Amino acid sequence: MNKSLTTSWNHIRRSPYQSFAAIFIMMQTFFVITLFAFIVVGSARVIGYFESLPQVTAFFKDEAKQTDIDSLEAQIKATGKVSQITFVSKQEALARYQKQNKDDAILLDLVTADILPASLEISTNSIQDLSSVSQILKSSSSIDQVVYPKDIVNNLTIWTNALRKIGLAVIGVLVLDAIFLMVIIIGIKVSHKKQEIEIMRLLSATNWYIRWPFLLEGMIYSIVGALLGYAFATGALLSATPFLESFLGNAFLIPDQVNFLAILFAGELATAIILGCLASFLAVLRYLK
Amino acid sequence: MIKLEKVTKTFGTGAVAISDITLTIERGEFVFLIGPSGSGKTTFLRLLIRDMIPSEGSIFVNDIDVVKLPKNKVPHLRRKIGIVFQDLKMLMDRTIFENIVLPLEMSNTDKKTARERVDAILEQVGIIDQKNKFPIQLSGGELQRAAIARALIFSPDILLADEPTGNLDPTTSWEIVKILQDINKAGTTVVMATHNADIVNNLLKRTIALEKGKLVKDTKQKS
Repeated sequence: MNKSLTTSWNHIRRSPYQSFAAIFIMMQTFFVITLFAFIVVGSARVIGYFESLPQVTAFFKDEAKQTDIDSLEAQIKATGKVSQITFVSKQEALARYQKQNKDDAILLDLVTADILPASLEISTNSIQDLSSVSQILKSSSSIDQVVYPKDIVNNLTIWTNALRKIGLAVIGVLVLDAIFLMVIIIGIKVSHKKQEIEIMRLLSATNWYIRWPFLLEGMIYSIVGALLGYAFATGALLSATPFLESFLGNAFLIPDQVNFLAILFAGELATAIILGCLASFLAVLRYLK
Repeated sequence: MIKLEKVTKTFGTGAVAISDITLTIERGEFVFLIGPSGSGKTTFLRLLIRDMIPSEGSIFVNDIDVVKLPKNKVPHLRRKIGIVFQDLKMLMDRTIFENIVLPLEMSNTDKKTARERVDAILEQVGIIDQKNKFPIQLSGGELQRAAIARALIFSPDILLADEPTGNLDPTTSWEIVKILQDINKAGTTVVMATHNADIVNNLLKRTIALEKGKLVKDTKQKS
């Protein structure tokens, strides 16, 4: 194995431009894969964040009695679709209003607890439950208005689904590109060494003795490409995090997920080894019949 | 040791390289394989190392059925047969030491043993001082010795030499023949393809003559 590794290193060293091209395409591929992973996980977290917010807010009519409110609350809980339900009384609504507008004395003077409605803030287990819970609330005679960010979440889901599809397609194309380019590069190297390989065969070399350095070479390109792609993508994410946090808030905190980053790194490394091995094996099969 | 039975080799073009050859070479023999260019000498040697497969007939080397030998066993056969190629087939970007140690690396011989073995062989063929030079830095005779050294690295039972004196002056040619004789005396069967009538006539060894792929003469003269 040491000898094969030395031979692979010599192959790489002696044709630096080809090696650079192979590493570069691999780096591009893994850069996009890493970014895509960030987007997938990030968007899932953003959607999860919105889903975890009080998604449905039902405002009660002023004449609503406490028994109606309790009955409706019990009815909603009984659906089993609710993860959290909070009753906000008129006084609590005023307290929130005062907190939000503490710097504006005029606004504070104008509003009293009487003009603010009591409400129920409801989080559902999943985004699909929003609609049915909302229907129950709307059908209640004590409810004045139901508000829920259905459109935001729906749009977000459509966008992230589209993004996932586009991302997968781009990765697919890049992976194919990378494999083709690696097959060509390793193929050129095999062709270049045809005479040497022929001599080795005559001198009793086994097929694997000849194949190993080329397979290792492919793996080295992929691994180095994956390391660089991962490093650049992670670096880009880390530097963009303050900006992303400025409008996504706590919803977007991938860098604090060390486990996720470690698993992603290990996954990419394994993918790189498989990809490099596959590409060089295809080249070896093609050119070392 | 080496046994050919009704061996014929026809190429895809229809050209017949070897035609219906039957012969046996015993262990420890020194055999000259002679004939004009295109008579089938090189094909004969290539058939023995399974570099090509005969169209008809069977070949046995040390009781190994060369024709039916599975592909993955071919390297094992080639470790039992040393061969000096007509064009030497040295790797020009490697030193003499690296060229000769290569077959040992292929067989996973440990570094120390390999180094000692290469030094001993280079000493035997008389080019130990050249071991760190590249092939281009060596004379024709020295290169031929290096090729012989590489062929001997596994201490093979059989040594095949394809025109080892082809491009050498008479003195150097005789030096090479002397090396081959010494190897033969140590027990290795030597088959040497040559055009050099002077050497053949002087050594009085068994001579197999080929012409247009056919066996036209087979002597068993002893020195």
